[in-house]
Amino acid sequence: MRELVLWIPLLPLIGFIINIIWGKQLPKIISGGIGKLSVLASFILVCIVWPSVSSNQGPVTYAYLNWIETSSFTIPFSFLIDHLTLVMLGIITGVGFLIHLYSDGYMKEDEAYYRFFAYLNLFIFFMLLLVMGSNLLITFIGWEGVGLCSYLLIGFWFKDHANNDAANKAFVINRIGDLGFLIGIFLCLYHYKTLDYAALNSIAATIPIGATVVTLITLSLFFGATGKSAQIPLYTWLPDAMAGPTPVSALIHAATMVTAGIYLIARLNGLFLAAPLTMNIIFCIGITTAFLAAIMAIKQNDIKKVLAYSTVSQLGYMFAALGAGAFASGMFHLTTHAFFKALLFLCAGSVIHAMSGEQDIRKMGGLKGNLKITHLCFLIGTLAISGVPPFAGFFSKDEILAVTYTKSFWMFVLLSVTSVFTAIYMFRLYFLTFHGPFRGTEDQKHHLHESPWTMTLPLVILAILAVFGGFLGIPEVFHMPHIFKTFLSTVISKPGTEVSHFFEYCLMGVSILALIIIVIGVYKYYIKNNNLPEASESTLNWWQKAIYNKFYIDELYNAVIVNPITQLSKWVYRILDRKITDGIVNQIGLSTLLSGQSMRKLQTGGTGFYIFAMVIGIIAMLCINFLFK
Amino acid sequence: MISLALIVIPFIFAFVVAFCNTNTARLLAIIASIINLLVTAYAFSQFDKTSDYQFAYLADWIPSIGAKFHIGMDGINILLILLTNILSPIILISTVVNHNKPSLMYGLILFMQAALLGVFLSLDVLLYYLFWELALLPIYLIILLWGSENKYKTVVKFFIYTLAGSLLMLASILYVYLKSPGGNFSIDNFYNNHLSVLEQKWVFIGFFAAFAIKIPIIPFHTWQASTYTEAPTSGTMLLAGIMLKMGTYSLLRWLLPITPLALSSMLPYAIGLAVIGILLGSIIALTQKHFKTLLAYSSLAHVGLISAGIFALNMDGMKGGLLQMFNHGIIVVGLFYIAEIVNRRTSSYQLSELGGIRSFAPQLASYFLILLLASVALPLTNGFIGEFLLLNGLFQYNMWVSAIAGLTIILGAAYMLRLYQKTMLGLNYQYQRIIPDLSITEKTVLIPLCIIIIYIGIFPGYLLDVINPSVEKLLSIIKIVN
Repeated sequence: MRELVLWIPLLPLIGFIINIIWGKQLPKIISGGIGKLSVLASFILVCIVWPSVSSNQGPVTYAYLNWIETSSFTIPFSFLIDHLTLVMLGIITGVGFLIHLYSDGYMKEDEAYYRFFAYLNLFIFFMLLLVMGSNLLITFIGWEGVGLCSYLLIGFWFKDHANNDAANKAFVINRIGDLGFLIGIFLCLYHYKTLDYAALNSIAATIPIGATVVTLITLSLFFGATGKSAQIPLYTWLPDAMAGPTPVSALIHAATMVTAGIYLIARLNGLFLAAPLTMNIIFCIGITTAFLAAIMAIKQNDIKKVLAYSTVSQLGYMFAALGAGAFASGMFHLTTHAFFKALLFLCAGSVIHAMSGEQDIRKMGGLKGNLKITHLCFLIGTLAISGVPPFAGFFSKDEILAVTYTKSFWMFVLLSVTSVFTAIYMFRLYFLTFHGPFRGTEDQKHHLHESPWTMTLPLVILAILAVFGGFLGIPEVFHMPHIFKTFLSTVISKPGTEVSHFFEYCLMGVSILALIIIVIGVYKYYIKNNNLPEASESTLNWWQKAIYNKFYIDELYNAVIVNPITQLSKWVYRILDRKITDGIVNQIGLSTLLSGQSMRKLQTGGTGFYIFAMVIGIIAMLCINFLFK
Repeated sequence: MISLALIVIPFIFAFVVAFCNTNTARLLAIIASIINLLVTAYAFSQFDKTSDYQFAYLADWIPSIGAKFHIGMDGINILLILLTNILSPIILISTVVNHNKPSLMYGLILFMQAALLGVFLSLDVLLYYLFWELALLPIYLIILLWGSENKYKTVVKFFIYTLAGSLLMLASILYVYLKSPGGNFSIDNFYNNHLSVLEQKWVFIGFFAAFAIKIPIIPFHTWQASTYTEAPTSGTMLLAGIMLKMGTYSLLRWLLPITPLALSSMLPYAIGLAVIGILLGSIIALTQKHFKTLLAYSSLAHVGLISAGIFALNMDGMKGGLLQMFNHGIIVVGLFYIAEIVNRRTSSYQLSELGGIRSFAPQLASYFLILLLASVALPLTNGFIGEFLLLNGLFQYNMWVSAIAGLTIILGAAYMLRLYQKTMLGLNYQYQRIIPDLSITEKTVLIPLCIIIIYIGIFPGYLLDVINPSVEKLLSIIKIVN
């Protein structure tokens, strides 16, 4: 078992090493084959490990070697396998494999095909480390590693500096969060002398609720999570990250990497529960992010940007659940979101593929005729994310709304409004892309085609998961077992709060009703009345402009942080460093030279002068000796 | 005897090599340095981490004043000896010059190696001082003979600056020597010097000035950027890779144990300067336009962190400091070599004239990326282990100081990625000729460096273990009085 578990991350790593060294010489079928098979093999290993672990009641730790050893602490290289890990392993290797398969078709024509698979495999390796690590530092390896892969893949087409800028932005902003993570690690080491998850969670049970140390630790870790999981204030990198190839957006920037923050907090649920202040902050930040990102998504015209803001918003839902103490609900939404958001991104990729690289929905329309499978799958994804029963998103999202209600009524209202916005931007996207007349060029129209089977097969599988995934967590009113919650019960001790049956029925009824109204409204506005999004910014009024420009947050960050630091850098170099510090040094040098010239005059050769100087010297020495006695 | 051999082999070969013709000189120099590396490897395998000063060599030197020729290895210097002997062959292989009698260059590098090993191995203060000054001579000549246009002004400044520091250190050494009970220059005598708090403060200042200039710590750093930029790359590698570690090493070997009474009042200032150095170095590097100058300022930031961690006076900080001296040497030599390779192909160090190299030379870009990641302390590279321990050590000293020092991981990522983007990525049509990918010689240099980077990143345990007892002992010497 111990070796078997080790091979789960090692196989993708081997795939990476082979492809990065020899991939260029290998034919595409082999380099792509290695890339795909290594992840498939990992997935099979997860399936083999699954039954024996899930029947265990407690977590199992496998230690391999001591990574960093000092006199005050030891950090082993070890894996923790429990039910929470299994869920993540399933998503990463399962959805990961489907996206690898899809990439085969999507990247077929690219000259750096092998490099793409190498990076994807490396990503899977680090992501597996992240979720399998039994302590914070092993997770941190994965945490930084997936950041690196994200950087490499966003800037995959490195000849265009727009992509490189986006990649740099993603890495640097993530690094800001990582410093928070590191400080959290130092705090744990300093106060508890351990980074082990199990130990930290059990220590949390022994200390008073709300102790300053725990609040500081959890806040630092949460700050790290806002970087990786794109929450306020560090979310701005994710929309830019869409510069990468679309499979990357699906795998890294929707299904797996961006959920690392959710995983981390769920993993340390004991510790976070001991810090109510942090929990409240997580709750508020989650809901605010969900709300603002959903608004921003409404005015975007790039098919991937809409989905990117939608991801930010959905991650906000998950954080809201965590903040309300419903860790299992957060993880449940993470799982269903991985299915339907990966699906939506892959569909978008299929659309972009068919449109020869076009991403602007104003130039699409009427694609449902040519892209039948893609259209159907995208519709399923849209229904799932909007929360239409019985699709996956309905169950997980309703659960989050319900727990939010138990915590704060006004936050519940805000999150419900967010749900309405979600449905609006998704159906706007759907109708503009697939319905109405075709608005592209003649060239594109001739070129329109459904994607090859390697691309549509993953779509179909994900669509099935997006339809049925929700049945893992059926609300309590239907008197069916909540499979997901039961499965995680060994890791997440605190059960979510229950709401009254009456409220559950109301919630479902109202959300279904609202959805029907929204769908009809959006259809009427965009298709019946043929209202297209404005071609240029100038026709927008001020609030539309503000939304269109994402509330000018990027501009604000540039004005307040980036530009001042750049100016400071130049000023420090020119004035402080060259002029002042170096200037003083040069002055000292110069004055030494000058004093040397003037000193020369003292060497008169007259004995009388020398004796005089000697006497003065002796007196001075005596004085100094006397003073310092 | 092994210690003596380590100094004597490169010393003798230095003279032999200088009189050969170029090709023979190159070959002979590389052979000599590899012999030295093998001897080091043997010493490493025989090293017993628990006992003091091994492979020691003790002989009378100047009996009238109690100076002895005493050298030996322990956990404090073993990593630096390893570093010097790993980097010397690498620097020799990377050195290609074709004017001003190239064989002399190889000779000088070997001479430098001998002097540096002398500095690290010396257990007698006067001997140490002798080697310290001796190490200045070859680098002075290397810059003077093979530097770029503005070298004269730069080299004079560098020379006078470091010499001024050395003189202050000499004053401190002589003071301790005269006042100490033993009346000799042995390390034990200097450690048990019975000086008063006030006296130790002055001694501290003298030593600190010399080391702060060598490391360099702000505001004693202004010689650094111009010297790194004007020196030929072999010289820059020697300076940044090994020579500046003379300073950080001496903090541990001499400054802290000789002046333990002064530390509680002096160290807060020292840490303050070091942390300011981290910030200023990083901030300046953000907008630098010259490849080597940028690396020089990034180096300023990194050694600032090493010094700050050492000054934190705890196990993690000191072990992290020692390990990071080794790591930084490996990384920075690799990065300067990349700069040199780029310059050989494009005749430019200006970021505005570079770009798009990755399309021509993907292997070059890949090795650069590995070095860069180590430099920004990505986990599973050696840089992470070092900086993690350093920041953790600093954290135990003060949480906020550590958080400020930690900004280096953000700023470092920003300026290194900018450097990478400006040189390697994008497209550039302005090159006059096609840029070839790495040659075999170049790979011979870069592959070992990258292997070391990743190996230590995954298995740091052995090196940390080897230095552990000595650091513990050193810390107990310092802590007894505090």
